[in-house]
Amino acid sequence: MSDTQYLAASTIEEAVNAHSKANGSARFLAGGTDLLVQIKSGIRKPNLVIDVKKIVELNSIEEISENEFVVGASVSGVNLNRNKKFSKLWPGVLEAFRLIGSEQIQGRASLGGNICNGSPAGDSVPALIAAGCIALIAGPNGKREIPIEEFHIGPGKTVLDNGEMLVSLKFPKREINSSDTYLRMTPRTEMDIAVVGCGVNITFENNVCTAARVSLGAVAPTPLLIKEASKIMVGSDLNSEILDKVSKICMDLCDPIDDKRGTIDYRTKVAGVLFKRATLTTIDRIKGN
Amino acid sequence: MAKIQVSTKINNENVDYLCEPHDTMLDVLRNQLELTGSKESCGSGDCGSCSIILDGELVCSCLMLAAEAEGSKLETIEGMSEGGKLHALQQKFLEKAALQCGICTPGFLMASKALLDHNPSPTETEVRFWLAGNLCRCTGYDKIVKAVLEVAEDMKESV
Repeated sequence: MSDTQYLAASTIEEAVNAHSKANGSARFLAGGTDLLVQIKSGIRKPNLVIDVKKIVELNSIEEISENEFVVGASVSGVNLNRNKKFSKLWPGVLEAFRLIGSEQIQGRASLGGNICNGSPAGDSVPALIAAGCIALIAGPNGKREIPIEEFHIGPGKTVLDNGEMLVSLKFPKREINSSDTYLRMTPRTEMDIAVVGCGVNITFENNVCTAARVSLGAVAPTPLLIKEASKIMVGSDLNSEILDKVSKICMDLCDPIDDKRGTIDYRTKVAGVLFKRATLTTIDRIKGN
Repeated sequence: MAKIQVSTKINNENVDYLCEPHDTMLDVLRNQLELTGSKESCGSGDCGSCSIILDGELVCSCLMLAAEAEGSKLETIEGMSEGGKLHALQQKFLEKAALQCGICTPGFLMASKALLDHNPSPTETEVRFWLAGNLCRCTGYDKIVKAVLEVAEDMKESV
């Protein structure tokens, strides 16, 4: 890393320009809990590290209208957790983000970093996909917005072009009778990498599901939005037959790797189980149990 | 290559230093400022022995660049005692023998201080979760957890 330059950008424009000029050899630095480890171990050798934490848009949590949040990409777990309203509206997103690392890591690690690192097992991503988040991206050619489920194109690969940065995440306006849950399976109970992760986000009124989004992580090259799940769940009372049906769909769409942490069969089976548990937990949360 | 000038406040003293872009905060604390209480064990944020408090938040100093500290307030283990008097946590760690080799101890003390700063009366579960980012390979964790809980209890009584 001895040839690396450091720049603390104070505006989006400054960061984007510096990144564009570096022609692919720059990395944005938010919490640094992935990037510095990658640099130290030689996995990444950026010529320029652009610190984005001093950019206002990246470091703020804003309620732009009643129950509608925009969270900056460099906001840490500790800071998001302090926003009591956000925590109440999006318990699944918060629990997914808070599962990442120790208190020391939570003090630095950012929501945007977890997304941009591009791991198929990143814990926050299935929760954000289930939430229906939009990624706000800034680049040399201006701004663009894409649904978070389209952000990843392969392990470690995202849609970001040279010069582009993730600025913030826009959450949909939270409707009443809605909640979300993120569950993951890990070999250890804490501080481990997900073998399977599942995010579920539901609106459930008078015993009828009126909106549902289901996402799975660590079971394919990218986190998945299970579109078929929404079609079956919406309009139903989420009885056990419906959950069995969607659980089967979740398992059918799994395309995981086989490694020491989990076999293909195991990951696939667990995906179905986590979907059911996350759905039941979400219903409980909506009912206030 | 030009060095970066950084102005900080460390343990309540204004400290300016020059660093390389790739220096970690831990490198500068230990190698330049001679604050060697913070230890480097894993260098990857897993063990917590380099824990410091940065603008009120507990962080691993091995996982931040020294250049990032511009304008920040840092607390390290060297600032924990005041006027030669040990902090209550330091005293209790001694009394309870909550250490053996001592390499992890500065990190545990900074983490415990950060916990009590944020949450003066934690439950045992909260203490265990909070300290989960600090690894000790000698004592086990019971004595450490008990020491932190006792300090919290003492603090309540003294109010």
